[in-house]
Order: sequence, then C-alpha cells, then structure tokens
Amino acid sequence: MNSVTMERKSERLRRVRLLALWTFVWTISTALVVFGSEFIWNGTKGLTVFALGINILLGIGMILAHRNFLEILDELERKIQLESMAITLGLTLVIGLAYSMLDVTDVIPWDAEISFLVMFMGICYMLAIFMNTRRYR
Amino acid sequence: MKNNIRVLRAERKLTQGELADAIGVSRQTINAIEKGKFDPSLPTAFRLAGVFEKRIEEIFEYHEEG
Repeated sequence: MNSVTMERKSERLRRVRLLALWTFVWTISTALVVFGSEFIWNGTKGLTVFALGINILLGIGMILAHRNFLEILDELERKIQLESMAITLGLTLVIGLAYSMLDVTDVIPWDAEISFLVMFMGICYMLAIFMNTRRYR
Repeated sequence: MKNNIRVLRAERKLTQGELADAIGVSRQTINAIEKGKFDPSLPTAFRLAGVFEKRIEEIFEYHEEG
C-alpha cells in the first residue's frame, strides 16, 4: 500500500470519526432540549430557545460533516450513497404523508409523531445502503 | 460498456486491491467495473489507461444500449 493510499484511508477514517462525533453531540443536544425543558429548567422559555439554538448549530455542523465525508468517497461509493438518500427521501415523503393522513382522518387512534419519521428514515437509509452495496458487488 | 481490465490486471499480476490503490478508488469499485456493473467516470478511465499504458478505447468497448 503506497503512502498516498495510506494517507487517503487515514483521512477517510478521520472524517468518519468526525461525522460520528457530530451526530452523537447533535443527538445529545436534541435529548437535552426535550428532557432539559421538562426536568432541568422546568420549561423556562429563554433556556429552551437557547438550547434549541445550540441544537440547530450542532445540526448544521453534522450536515457539514456529512458533506465532508461524502467528498472523500470514490465515485461508486458516492453513487451508492446518493441512490440510498434518494430512496430514503422519496419513501419518507410518501410514507410520512400517508402516516400523517391516517392521523388527520382518525384512522389511527394515536398521534402521528415526528419520531416515527426519524426512525423510519434511519431504517430506510440503512436498508438502501445494504441493498445498493450488494447490487454493485 | 465492456472492458478487459481483468485480463490486463492478470497480465500485470495486479490484485484488485493493488489496482484500486493505484488509481485511488475502493476495491469494490474495481470489482464492479470489471463485472460491467458500473461505468467509471472519465478521470478514472484515464487513470486506468495510465496504469495499463493503453488508450481508453483499448480498455473499454462501448455498446449502444437497447
């Protein structure tokens, strides 16, 4: 393995770790907004808005880290990611709206929560990556 | 698009991993190109041509689809 390849692989690992770190910190800040408001600062609006601002900034950091990660992938890996994101976006739109309509029309007795959509997106994205990786194997 | 990368690689006793390292892509990408499942970009095709010291049209053969 030549030095350029080694450098590329270590840079790739660095970007993966950065993405994982940003995602982790953003997830923690999301939990902090919800649970902090309820259990720590007892619904003080100013603190909730502040925590939300931090959450949004960390979310932007996570998005930039993801873009940074995509840039180091080769063309096939990027194609796999792009196709997986397209499938996830399309399915989330269709299934998300259908789920919301089930709630609006009172077909389901519970509220259509946004958390369902986030979980659905995660599972969808992982499955799409798995299937697309197999397709080009 | 067909190609003879597998043959050229075997002639030079290169593994997929070594060829991938030489042109800066993953081993999976070389495998997908060899199997005709993925058509490489022009820069990658030029890099492959550089490694094999061939012209692009000596490596890739274009067939109209349909």
